[in-house]
Amino acid sequence: MARFLLKRILMLIPLMIGITLITFTVIHLAPGEPVEMQMAMNPKVGKEARERLTKFYGLDKPLHEQYLSWVGKLVRLDLGRSFSSDNRPVVDKIKERLPVTISLNVIALLLEFGLAIPIGILAATRRDTWLDKGITVFVFVGFAVPTFWLALLLMYFFGVRLNWLPISGLHTLGSDSWSSLRYLADMGKHLIMPVMVASFGSLAGLSRYMRSAMLNVISQDYITTARAKGLPERVVIYKHALRNALLPLITLLGFSIPGLIGGSVIFETIFAIPGMGQLFYQGAMSRDYPVVMGILVIGACLTLIGNLIADIGYALADPRIRHGEG
Amino acid sequence: MDFKHSYLNSVFWPRLKNNRLALGGGSVVLVLLVISLLAPLIAPYDPSAIDAWKVLSPPSWQHWFGTDELGRDVLSRVLFGARVSLKVGFVAVGIAVSIGTIIGLISGYYSGIVDAALMRVVDIMLCFPAFFLILAIITFLEPSIWYIMMVIGLTGWMGVARLVRAETLSIREMDYILAARCIGCSNSRIIFRHIFPNAVSPVLVSATLGIAGAILTESALSFLGIGVQPPTPSWGNILTSGKDYIEFAWWLSLFPGLAILITVLSYNLLGEGIRDALDPRVKR
Repeated sequence: MARFLLKRILMLIPLMIGITLITFTVIHLAPGEPVEMQMAMNPKVGKEARERLTKFYGLDKPLHEQYLSWVGKLVRLDLGRSFSSDNRPVVDKIKERLPVTISLNVIALLLEFGLAIPIGILAATRRDTWLDKGITVFVFVGFAVPTFWLALLLMYFFGVRLNWLPISGLHTLGSDSWSSLRYLADMGKHLIMPVMVASFGSLAGLSRYMRSAMLNVISQDYITTARAKGLPERVVIYKHALRNALLPLITLLGFSIPGLIGGSVIFETIFAIPGMGQLFYQGAMSRDYPVVMGILVIGACLTLIGNLIADIGYALADPRIRHGEG
Repeated sequence: MDFKHSYLNSVFWPRLKNNRLALGGGSVVLVLLVISLLAPLIAPYDPSAIDAWKVLSPPSWQHWFGTDELGRDVLSRVLFGARVSLKVGFVAVGIAVSIGTIIGLISGYYSGIVDAALMRVVDIMLCFPAFFLILAIITFLEPSIWYIMMVIGLTGWMGVARLVRAETLSIREMDYILAARCIGCSNSRIIFRHIFPNAVSPVLVSATLGIAGAILTESALSFLGIGVQPPTPSWGNILTSGKDYIEFAWWLSLFPGLAILITVLSYNLLGEGIRDALDPRVKR
């Protein structure tokens, strides 16, 4: 297991380098220098500030040196300062927003898997019944619904029409002074719609996947054996089949992370949630270079970490991988 | 070529025709094409005609889908929006499929270092949340529909590359490729004349599904205000006003969203149908 881990972690290094290279390329694809861009945004910035910026980005040096110094700063978690008026270090800005995005996405993931697994099992065990067909329809519609539209519809029904749920932010104004229980309940209420929207996106695909994984396993010989020796269907499905059907889902977990993080731009913007997605969107809209670049790198690294966790999970679950050539 | 023709006639079309869902999806796709071509003829109003007396009026016989905050007819704007969406879908997927196919062919055919290097690029590109990458690039460009198409295409070719590579890897080992090499065909001739036509069918599926994906992405970008810029109507940017006026005008949110839903659903159904019809393992 230790060897597997080491190998897997070493494999991250070239990917990390690639990520920084692509991000760096994106910066330099931009027409005009970043300094020019900031000048255009904020004409009050004087000559001195301009020189300071040029120096920070090393824009007077050749490209490879620029890249190396940028990566050097990156390794020390120095992402520069935001172009916005508060001029704070980008790392600090991301730090205060990352937990919001991560916890929201983790809740969404749990909900998604908690729903998709039973839905997939139901569809597979009742194959070709009206239930299975109904689920298939739901899946196809689910694939096609734009998440931001779903967010709008939910806002309209639960927020505007029924007035059950708050439609923006994480807290009610003035909730700081409430008791902690009431404070948490308030936050929970604010989270319901964003979590629904965040998890709905991949719910369809995931349950579809679960269905085919389950069907695949059910047709195997050892399931026939289990049935032949007279085990009740419940045991066959939930004990023998489910475990093996769950395996590929672990990989899918890793794959779904970039989508979730990318999707957070949409629902955080719509529901005004102060997370990384919203920060990224605001950064993009105001051409706040360091923020955009910083989040781009961090988003990609989060994906890497997610994939790593998925791989480790897979290795823990499947001895063939743990002990294999891997 | 004769063989291919008979395969199309004897297997592919009958299978596709038997799939009612795919047929339904295909018909809607055709209707949408016609709508976007004929939008100026069928739209009841000029999509950008402002009418101050009819601001935010609900659906009625004059305005089936109601009017927006400037009194423009929402039905006409949705019809014209179909043009934008389909254009973005086709061009973006065209770009993605071209890049993906070429990279996949090269990677699968040459294997070795070329393959390893290209596939690492694919891995790295897949690490970036696609929406972040698109946003980051668009940030630095002037908003324009052409940039949107390019960026969606440039960030969406990786799946196609993997598919074509896998396909090429197996075709490369076929006897007819060996035969082609024996009679002295150049590498590029083998790749484009002999491998490409046989590797293209899975691409058809991912292109169809890709159009759906590109339409979704474009609408999300336009919704966020970085895609198609007003006054050009797109489903996404109509929904932006839908959000702003959600408390007074549900019709601004409902109809463009339904248009996206129906379009994406049809392309997905058609794509899945093509996949089943091409899949030799699916029995009839």
